[in-house]
Amino acid sequence: MVQWQDVCSVDELQPDSGVCALVEGLQVAIFYMPKDKAVFAINNYDPFGNANVLSRGIIGDINGQPVVASPLYKQHFNLQTGVCLENETVTIPAYAARIVNGSVQVSMPE
Amino acid sequence: MSIKQTLVVIGNGMVGQNFLDNLVSSPVKEKYEIVTFCEEPRTAYDRVHLSAFFSGKTAGDLSLVEPGFFEQHGITIHVGDKAAKIYRDSKTVVSEKGVLIHYDKLVLATGSYPFVPPVPGHDRAQCLVYRTIEDLEAMTAAAENGKVGVVVGGGLLGLEAAKALRDLGLQTHIVEFAPRLMAVQLDDAGGAMLRRKIEELGVIVHTGKNTSLITDGEQCMNKMCFADGEELETDIVLFSAGIRPRDDIARDCALDVGPRGGIVINNQCLTSDPDIYAIGECALWNGMIYGLVAPGYAMARTVVADLAGKEASFTGADMSTKLKLMGVDVASIGDAHARTQGALVYSYQNGDHEVYKRLVVSQDKKQLLGAVLVGDASGYTTLLQYCLNGIELPENPDALILPPRGDESVGLGPDALPLSAQICSCFDVTKGAVCKAIEAGCTSIGALKAETKASTGCGGCAPLLKAVMNSELAKHGFTVNTDICEHFAYTRQDLYNLIMVEEIRTFDALLEKHGKGKGCEICKPAVGSILASYWNDYILKTEHLGLQDTNDTFLANMQKDGTYSVVPRITGGEISPDMLIALGQVGKKYKLYTKITGGQRVDLFGARVDQLPHIWKELIAAGFESGHAYGKSLRTVKSCVGSAWCRYGVDDSVGLAIELENRYKGLRSPHKIKFAVSGCTRECAEAQGKDVGVIATETGWNLYVCGNGGMKPRHADLFATSLDKETLIKYIDRFLSFYVRTADRLQRTSVWMENMEGGLDYLKSVIIDDKLGLCEQLEQHMQHIIDTYHCEWKATIEDEAKLKRFRHFINSDQPDEMIVFVEERGQIRPADEEERKHFKLVEVA
Repeated sequence: MVQWQDVCSVDELQPDSGVCALVEGLQVAIFYMPKDKAVFAINNYDPFGNANVLSRGIIGDINGQPVVASPLYKQHFNLQTGVCLENETVTIPAYAARIVNGSVQVSMPE
Repeated sequence: MSIKQTLVVIGNGMVGQNFLDNLVSSPVKEKYEIVTFCEEPRTAYDRVHLSAFFSGKTAGDLSLVEPGFFEQHGITIHVGDKAAKIYRDSKTVVSEKGVLIHYDKLVLATGSYPFVPPVPGHDRAQCLVYRTIEDLEAMTAAAENGKVGVVVGGGLLGLEAAKALRDLGLQTHIVEFAPRLMAVQLDDAGGAMLRRKIEELGVIVHTGKNTSLITDGEQCMNKMCFADGEELETDIVLFSAGIRPRDDIARDCALDVGPRGGIVINNQCLTSDPDIYAIGECALWNGMIYGLVAPGYAMARTVVADLAGKEASFTGADMSTKLKLMGVDVASIGDAHARTQGALVYSYQNGDHEVYKRLVVSQDKKQLLGAVLVGDASGYTTLLQYCLNGIELPENPDALILPPRGDESVGLGPDALPLSAQICSCFDVTKGAVCKAIEAGCTSIGALKAETKASTGCGGCAPLLKAVMNSELAKHGFTVNTDICEHFAYTRQDLYNLIMVEEIRTFDALLEKHGKGKGCEICKPAVGSILASYWNDYILKTEHLGLQDTNDTFLANMQKDGTYSVVPRITGGEISPDMLIALGQVGKKYKLYTKITGGQRVDLFGARVDQLPHIWKELIAAGFESGHAYGKSLRTVKSCVGSAWCRYGVDDSVGLAIELENRYKGLRSPHKIKFAVSGCTRECAEAQGKDVGVIATETGWNLYVCGNGGMKPRHADLFATSLDKETLIKYIDRFLSFYVRTADRLQRTSVWMENMEGGLDYLKSVIIDDKLGLCEQLEQHMQHIIDTYHCEWKATIEDEAKLKRFRHFINSDQPDEMIVFVEERGQIRPADEEERKHFKLVEVA
């Protein structure tokens, strides 16, 4: 059974950009694409730059996949799977996320 | 024990170095220990473009030797040491400094020396020649106290030398023995047209003059007396009356030399000794001395091939030339004087436009034998190809020199050239070689240059190279993809124009109309920058925020650990003690690492994202504003202290720097822009290494453009001289507007200008002569930017909603625990991975 956690309200998100939330002691980068009414959640840690910065990257799409580009060295990470497009052996944690009644919810692994 | 033979090269001029360049890229180099002597105090440099020394190029810019070349290839070079004697019996060379080397093979590339006519007084003070960088330095020194300069000799080199004298600010005369200028290359009518054009530039030409004596002058240091009784007072006499081969070392060891000098060589460039070669201007082939570099390079290639045991021969060279002499286009091809039996001549003279063209064709009107072009040399490439490749002429050959009337086209497209056609004469690159390189994947001019060397010599073939490339690419079905990214099938310049013409104000509107998908980290910041350049809206407006790079979104520079650095503006590098104290207090309060930047301001490092607004509230209260160090925009205007304090200062460089920085601050551009202003030509502000550099002179401001430091430093080009402030600012307004409008993303001004067809001259024609009729628009655009300037940090701290973003967590006030500092030299720095582990352990314990 999936456990959803309320993180913040939609108003606190940045349209077409990211914010970082603290969820169960983990740093979660949350990205919001208002035109698609979509939210994505991945870990905020950039494994190439070794810093908690991914929420501050630019988002968009590459060949139809939603991605964020690291603000440090510009690697792309798939927002749904966490896979790095430049080096597929590197994957960062990706979490399920949704908007329910104006509230942003994330599901963390057990 | 060495099993290698020794190859000695005497002379490290253009041809000597070209020989070494060819040698090291051939497998035959493995057979030899290579030793070379270079008499001058510096290794090979570009003598062809020597006059560039006076328009700001340095000896380093003119160098033809890649850094580390000799070390990398294990070549021993004796710089500043002249080879003095060859002992052919023992096969040894002895130098002036006493170096003694045995050779197995010897290459003489001793070059030539300027001929100085034996006129009485030719060795007086300030009677100079024009050949080496030292000669130029002597000219510069002599010009400082002089007013008048005379060049003796109206040939190619003489006209170059006259340009140099004129650039040094001297009243310039040319004295020529023959009845016309460029007697070797031009006929009477061509020479007369050239003379008119050069005299319009303020240079006085005297032809048919025979100098009989140089003696003390009355107003000037020297006086020249001519055979016809006339006299001319001058401070400098510059001899440029032709060259003579330097063959003394060969004469001395009894090699065959010609009756009028030159070391006799055969088709393999071998002298009368089978182990000694001679190449370049010291060599005499078939009774000819070749005073151009291209034949010298051909000889160098021949020797490398011969050493490698390949069949090769030098069988003469085409002496056609095209030059821009003092801004006048001049070209001469083949048999310009119609000396071939039965040759027919067509000529076209347009007194109004000052153009003269002459064609020499064979009796049957099928072959082009030669041509002369003055005032408009645009047909040179086509005519040269007709001449060299024996391409059959059109029915009416004069169509080739008559101005196009109607829509007839007589140009020779690149497809008409055979594969054997030579595209680049400096490096002997044929059309076939270019096509092969294109097939192998070289699809840009840069790649072609690197692969084939074509167009890396005199550069004259660049337009033809480009035409061949475009035609070949089209044939292979390549389209050169200049799309900015997968979301927009446009270049940055296209996007700029779309935004301007359709008055588009947001990324979403542009994407909807002209793009696809959602955008990415390439197109978003590029469009964000264009929107900011054109409309100058607040970049953190909700609709623009997601477009900005992280540095722009937090108006600070992200460092490796995710913290930021803060750089307030310090215009012109001028700061009062009170402001400095205020800055120090902020640094101390927030425990920031503090460093002075190269742009004369202070960088404060180690600020967490949540600290940024607090830091800026205090900075703004103290009177600071954003320094835009985070943006692709104007960074700093560096200055020296200038005339207010400096003993040598000519004008107020600090005052101008502050004015310029305040004028252009906040301007968003394709890349960062740096300025500097120097108060005198000592140039302490290093303005010639900046996108825009200004130097004070006695007669006004000199403007330099398109320089930069960094990975590929580029010396700026002199753009305009002796400007008053109003004109200076007008030119900079236009220059920056034009750059912002037409450059590619992340393209500095240097690359932008270099990729522009026509380069610096074109840029001048747009900015100074208003060739495109754009200047008014460009100035208006800049005025709009200036009028709508606002400090982004001030706007941000006044907006509570914007400040909410400046937290690490949206749902917690905790800071990022990964950010850990350690102390070094009394200040903080980010902890490395090991230190971080240790810190955490300590905290847990």
